[in-house]
This record gives sequence, C-alpha cells and structure tokens, in this order.
Amino acid sequence: MIKNKTFKSIIEKLIEKVFSISGLLTSILIVFICYFLFKEGIGFFKNSTIENGYGLYVNSKNKNLNLSSQDLKQIFDGNISNWKELNGINKSIEIIRIDDVFSIYSEEEIGENYENLSSKTSELIANKEGSIGFFPIEYEPKGSRVTKLPTNHLKLSDFLRGKEWLPTATPAPLFGVLPLIYGTLLVSFLAILIAVPLGLGVAIYLSELASASQRKIMKPIIELLAGIPSVVYGFFGLVVLSPFVQKIFNLPIGETALTGSLILAIMALPTIISVAEDAMRNTPRSMREASLALGATHWQTIYKVIIPYSKSGIITAIVLGMGRAIGETMAVLMVTGNAAIIPHSIFDSVRTIPATIAAELGEAPSGEAHYQALFLLGCVLFTITMIISIVSELISKKSYKKY
Amino acid sequence: MIQAKNIHFYYGNYHALKGINMIIDKNTVTAFIGPSGCGKSTFLRLFNRMNDLIENTKLNGECLINSHNIYDKQVDVDELRKQVGMVFQKPNPFPKSIFENVAYGLRVNNMGDKSFISQQVEKSLKAAALWDEVKDKLHKSAFELSGGQQQRLCIARALAIAPEIILMDEPASALDPISTSKIEELIHDLKQQYTIVIVTHNMQQAARISDKTGFFMSGELIEFSETKKIFLNPDKEETQNYITGRFG
Amino acid sequence: MNKKINQKIAFLLFKLFGLVVIGILIGILGFISFNGLKVINWEFLTSNPKEGMTSGGIFPAILGTFYLIVGSLFIAFPLGVMSAIYTIEYAGNGWLIKVIRMMTNNLASIPSIVFGLFGMSLFVNKLKFGDSILAGSLTLGILVLPIIIRTTEEALKAIPDSYRTGSYALGASKLQTIRKVILPSATPNIITGLILSIGRVSGETAPILFTVAAYFLPQLPSSIFDQVMALPYHLYVLATSGTDIVATRRMAYGTALVLIFIVLLLNLLAALIRRKIEKKSKY
Ligand SMILES: Nc1ncnc2c1ncn2[C@@H]1O[C@H](COP(=O)(O)OP(=O)(O)OP(=O)(O)O)[C@@H](O)[C@H]1O
Ligand SMILES: [Mg+2]
Repeated sequence: MIKNKTFKSIIEKLIEKVFSISGLLTSILIVFICYFLFKEGIGFFKNSTIENGYGLYVNSKNKNLNLSSQDLKQIFDGNISNWKELNGINKSIEIIRIDDVFSIYSEEEIGENYENLSSKTSELIANKEGSIGFFPIEYEPKGSRVTKLPTNHLKLSDFLRGKEWLPTATPAPLFGVLPLIYGTLLVSFLAILIAVPLGLGVAIYLSELASASQRKIMKPIIELLAGIPSVVYGFFGLVVLSPFVQKIFNLPIGETALTGSLILAIMALPTIISVAEDAMRNTPRSMREASLALGATHWQTIYKVIIPYSKSGIITAIVLGMGRAIGETMAVLMVTGNAAIIPHSIFDSVRTIPATIAAELGEAPSGEAHYQALFLLGCVLFTITMIISIVSELISKKSYKKY
Repeated sequence: MIQAKNIHFYYGNYHALKGINMIIDKNTVTAFIGPSGCGKSTFLRLFNRMNDLIENTKLNGECLINSHNIYDKQVDVDELRKQVGMVFQKPNPFPKSIFENVAYGLRVNNMGDKSFISQQVEKSLKAAALWDEVKDKLHKSAFELSGGQQQRLCIARALAIAPEIILMDEPASALDPISTSKIEELIHDLKQQYTIVIVTHNMQQAARISDKTGFFMSGELIEFSETKKIFLNPDKEETQNYITGRFG
Repeated sequence: MNKKINQKIAFLLFKLFGLVVIGILIGILGFISFNGLKVINWEFLTSNPKEGMTSGGIFPAILGTFYLIVGSLFIAFPLGVMSAIYTIEYAGNGWLIKVIRMMTNNLASIPSIVFGLFGMSLFVNKLKFGDSILAGSLTLGILVLPIIIRTTEEALKAIPDSYRTGSYALGASKLQTIRKVILPSATPNIITGLILSIGRVSGETAPILFTVAAYFLPQLPSSIFDQVMALPYHLYVLATSGTDIVATRRMAYGTALVLIFIVLLLNLLAALIRRKIEKKSKY
C-alpha cells in the first residue's frame, strides 16, 4: 500500500516536471526565435559590399579611389562618367564585364577552358586607364598595372541610413532600409489615424450607449471582423478598395499607401474597439454616478471622467492596434503597390517591411546577403513589436497600481 | 420642500418600495434608518433620479420638489441633479486635482468664469471644513487625501454648484470616528442653508444630527416623525425593537 | 442648451460609427458572397485547378489547409493546455510566472511573417525538413500556441476554488484533481479556444509562404514531408499572379468565400458552445 503510494507520487512528480517544461515553452520559443533571426540577420554584416565571388579592378594609375556602394551604383548606371568626380584621374569611365571580354577576344584567344581568360582581363585593365572591371575572382586580372579595389563589409550605418533598397543590383546591391521604414510607418500611422476615432467612437457606443440587445449584435460582428483572414482583406482591398481610391482621387494606380492604410484601419479596429471598451467598462460606477449627480450630462461624464479614467486602457488599445498594423503582411503586400522608394505623399505606392520579406524571401538564395538582409528586416520588425508589447504591458500595469 | 406621494418602486419584479408618503421641510436634516436592504438608498436616490441609471426599473407615485413633479416628461434631469446634490457612501473623488474636483460641477454646468470658479472652490472647501488642510496643495491629486478628507472633498464638490438639497447615503460609514464627527459637525452647519437628507446605519448619529427620522423596513416607511420621538417614544413596536437592537 | 446639443451630436456620431462598422462587415461579406456563390458548386470543392487555375476547383487547397489544421493543432494543443495547467495550477505567483506570462504575451504579439522567417530558418533549413507539412505545421503551431494557452488559462481560472479544495478534502492528489475535476469542467471553454485557433490557422498566409505552401501541385501530398497547397496562399496566388485576370478572379472569389465560410462557421460554433456554458453555469 505504502509502496504503491510512493510509486504514484514519483509519477506525479514526473508529470509535474513535464507540465513545468511546457510552461516554459513560450519563453524557450522566444529565445529560439531571437537566436535564429539575429544569427541570420547579423550574418548580413559579414558579406562584402559587392556580389559574392566577384571583384572590382581598376588601372593602377587610378589612385585615391574609395568607392561606396552608392558610388558603384552611379558608375554602373552610367550616372557618373569621369573618374574625377570620384577623386580619381581625369579619364572617362569605361565599364568592362566578363561578357565584354568574350566579345572582344575570340574563342581561340581565350582558350577552350578559359585558360587565358585571366591574362586577357589583365590586358584590358592594364591598357585602359579609365577602365573598371567586374569579374569573377577566378578570372581576376593580375599584374602590377592592375589594382583590386578593396571590398568593404556591409555596414550597419549604410543599412539604417541607406535611402535605396535595391537588393538585386549588380555589382553592388543596395540595402538601405529607410524607404521600407518610412513606408511601414506611413501606412501604419495613417491606419491608426483612421482607426482610432472610429474605434473609440464604437467603443464608447458599446460601453455607454448600446442596449443589451444592440451589444449582442455588435460584439459578434467585431469578433468576425477580427477573424477574417488577412488575405481576404487584401483581396477585398485589391478588387474593391484600390479601384475606388484610384477613381476618387484620380490616380494613375489605386495601389497606394492610402489604400493600405484603409485596409489596415479596418483590421486594427477590432483590437482597438475591444480593448478600449473593456477599459471604459471597468470605470467604477461610483465615478459615473458622482459626475451625473453634479448635473453633468452623460456625454460630459464620458469625456471628462470615463475617458480620463480609462486613459491607460485606451492608450494600450491604440498601441496594440499600432502593433497589429505594423506587423501585418499579406493585406499590405496586396494593396500598397510595393515600390521601394521613400514616399512623398499618401498617394504614392509604398513597400512595408513585412511585405518586403514576404515578396522577396522566395527569390533570395539561402545564405546570401539578400537572404540575410531579409532576416535583418525580421529583426527590426521583431524588435519593434517587442517594444510595443512591453510598452503596452507597462502601461496597463501602471494603471493597476494607480487606483 | 420635498414631497413623496404613494411611491412604489420596482427592480424588475422585485417590489422595493411599497407605497411611501413623506414630506421633508426646507432647511432641516432628515435621517433614514432601517435594516439593510429595506430600501433607504432606493428611496433617497429617487430625489435626484439616480435610479434612472438602473435598467429595468419602474416607479409609480409622485415625487415633488417645490411642488414640481420631478418625474415629469419636461423635467431636465441634469438641471434637477444640479439642484439636488448627492454624497455617496464611499468617497469617490475623480482622478483629478483637488481643485478640479470641486470645480467640476461648475465647469460642466458652465457656471461663471475663471475667477468665479476659484472663488467658489475656496468657498466650498471652507464650507466643507477642508480648506485649511488642502489650501497648499490644491493642484495635487485628490487621491493623496485621507478617506475622511476625500469625503469632505466630495461634500465640497456637491456644495460648489449651490444645490438646494443635499442627499447623503451613509456618508460616514467608511470613515474613522474623528472624521465621522467632523462630518457630523459639518452637516449641522450646513443645515442653515441646505435641506439635507441622510441615510445612516448609526443610530446615535441619526439622533445627534437629525431633526426628523424615518424608519424603513422591507420597503415600507414604518414611522416618520421628530427624531426625539422616534428614539425616546416611538409609536410602533418594530421601531422600538429596531432602535433597542432587539430586531431580528 | 449647449451641452445638450453637444451630447446629441456626439452620440449621433458614435451611433453612426457603429453603423459604419456593421456596414464594413456587411460590405465585405456581401461582396464576396455575391461573387463567390456564383462559382461555388460541388465540382469547385472537389476537383483540381485546371487550365492554369482558370477553371476546375480548389480541392487540393482545402485538403492542404485541413492537413495544416490537424498538424499544427496536434502539436500546439497538448503543449498549450499543459503549459496553461502549469501556470494556473502549479506555478503560484512568483516572478517566474510573471516572466512566463510576459513571454506568452510577447509571443502573441510577434507578426506572422516573423514566424515565417523563423520556421524557414529552423525547420526548413536547419532541421532540413524542407518545404513540408511538418515544417508548416510546426510554424503554425507556434503561432497559435499563445491563443491556446490564454484561452485554457481563462478556462482554468473560471473554475471556482471550491472544486479544488473539495477534491483535496476527499484525499485526491493534485494530479487526480486536475484530471478528474478541473479538466472536465474546463473542457467546453478549452474547446472554444481550440476552435478559435483553427480559425486562425486556416487563414494565415505569411507563416506558410516559405515553409510549406505550393503554388500548384499535380498530386496530393502523400507524407508529412510533402508540400501542400493551402486556401489562403491559393487565394493570394489567384489574386495577384494569374495570367488571365478575369478567369482567375472568379476562382479567387470562390476561394475567398470558402475561407470566410470556414471562419464564420467556427465563430458560430464557438459562440454556441459559449452560450451553452453560460446557460449551464446559471444553475
Ligand atoms: N440595482 C438593483 N437591482 C436589483 N435589485 C436591487 C438593486 N439595488 C437594490 N436592489 C434591491 O432593493 C432592495 C433595497 O435596496 P437598497 O439599496 O435601497 O437598500 P438599503 O436600505 O439602502 O440597504 P443598505 O442599508 O444595505 O444600504 C434590496 O433588497 C436590494 O436587493
Ligand atoms: Mg444603502
């Protein structure tokens, strides 16, 4: 009998252990998510500024060059034509790619297995003072009249301050996150601007004005709005809202920041409404009665007593709505047009951070700079939402302490 | 003058007040006593229509203040509540500064400009015997006051809009003896200017401060007369039993 | 009087806002139902996409979503319930529980695309599951874990302490109490959480983009290491990358309606269960 009991209690202990491990599961998962995101994300900075396996070569006469990714883009786009503009010699720039080598020399000269390719590239760079070659390292030009341009690692400051996101540009892809950040912030702030008055209005209606039966109708409607999948919102935005926006504002395309914001506003509404309504509902009856007993109207009571009293809950509602808007992927991807340029108006097409990840990860080969850049974007997103989550928690904690 | 004529009040099906008649004179203190759940608060809250806030209730009978039926269709409820102030059982200051708490009623009713408001706040705080204790921290949160101070603040808040009648629902039940006696003194002083109706569970308190006392039981007004008479020589046996503690 | 007019205007506005929200829902549901109903028939639900997704049906996507629901909840449901049992019944009130709560909240606030990144890097690449039902289910499972934990916690909290003390008084151990008394009475509430999670899993796109979803598959999946098509991703594909916009749009309406129908149905189910619980607890 007693033995039986100890056996049983050992099993109980064991099961308790299992429970406690699963209790820690979410914490473990957060750590894992952090690790995998940041491992890949930080790996980004180990990449060099130009494409892997390639090098840039200039004539040795051409000294004092210190080319940034931005400069390289300008050179290869043909926007800069003389080295003088970049502190170099006074010669016009001549770009030589590996394809050019094949058109200049015949197959025999290069050799069946490209055995002479390296010497040919050397010859080209050495003979043309204004040349810049972009060749695979395997066939790199050699000799005293050729200088290999130093390759830098990608820098955090370039990532954070770069104004251009061109991850597939050659020879130097540009990973400037600013257009994406601006896009994300523009779309989410605009969405919140639309959703907050509407959401708070409905929250006031639900907590103060609606009869029990009206509430019984509204509550499930709001739950349903929260339950509709984001692709469906995106689809609706694509086929209804974006033509509508295009028509009303007479725009060339309907996929704009505004369209995205409208959809996001609808998606953020349920969060804002239910959190704010809860907060207002939790205002003690005594506060309400005190105000009414002094001759205040119901509306005066709402905006002078109930709203200030539930302030922290309302702020939490807004912050959570913001979180929802910033992290939303599919709907935004489908309706904002996805141009990775810094927007100048709400009628510009924009691309947000989550939409960029969703749109590009499929094409970015695992382990390369582009792939890791997308993880870095994930890190940015993760950090923003973590901050939002912690802030909203602190706000609601504070309100508990105060009263 | 307040006059209640054959008042019946229902919470849903529950018959909470059963045919109550009462006349309350100007500038008197009237106390309601009776066992818990007998309907004192319900009756008191009729006079400023606070019961309107509770869903699914019904009122029969008439309730007149200065010979106007306050339940008439044309009556402006907010205006009525301006004239009939109320102090609640638990102190319930707003989460605002002391000054703003007292100024609240003036502001929501658009009564006077800035200087009038600050005058009126000072006057009311003085009338509520709180001025000396708070005059240096008018702009601190009302929550920094003690319970007794908070309750006097609530009284000041009610006084600020110059009501004719002040309803008090067990205003001292959450307070310590010293704060209680302060409030009692206050009520005594306020009688000169206001008509006061107070619900209390404390028999000595009713005896000390009121001119008339009404004894309620199970939704009925058992007896209503001079306080002295109620406590020394009541007509009804139930009253006698209750005040001598033989109730039950 | 001024303040009366203000009140009238404000309240009118709020009622209007309420109507706007109702209008939005009716607008979305109405629009998609109106267009979708024209497409949906038995063939649409039971056959493969044909002719570059301009005709045929969406059966593989329905099946794929079903697999993902089963797969992710098979993983997340037991873990979530156990985790909630730990926090409510065992963990007490110390700092540890506060950290756990906070982490669960944080997990719930992570955007779904980040789960996609994580799933891709851990399950697809590191553990070499490839794009597969397994990787997708694990990713979605993590996504819904906080929902299951929260609803289960609420369910457990709702059980009066007298049940527990009553059971201990009869000499039952903690585990027996949980198994015989607490879980049975919490079950309906836990089931509502399960239903809500199903709704979430069936609608999520971003986490499956890079872990399981396929654009088109000629065959149905045969093991958990196969890719599947899924309804939300299918809708995305139909909406954004068709060759013949008019013809694929029809298919898209149908797919959107099926998705919305699933969500409506699950919400209804959850509401019914909730109502049943409320009725029961009255007596
Ligand atoms: N909001 C309400 N809904 C339903 N019934 C109520 C409500 N308020 C009060 N009652 C009922 O009406 C009766 C009278 O209540 P009331 O608050 O007037 O009693 P009271 O005499 O003030 O009691 P106490 O001395 O405890 O404050 C009680 O039986 C109570 O249960
Ligand atoms: Mg009472």
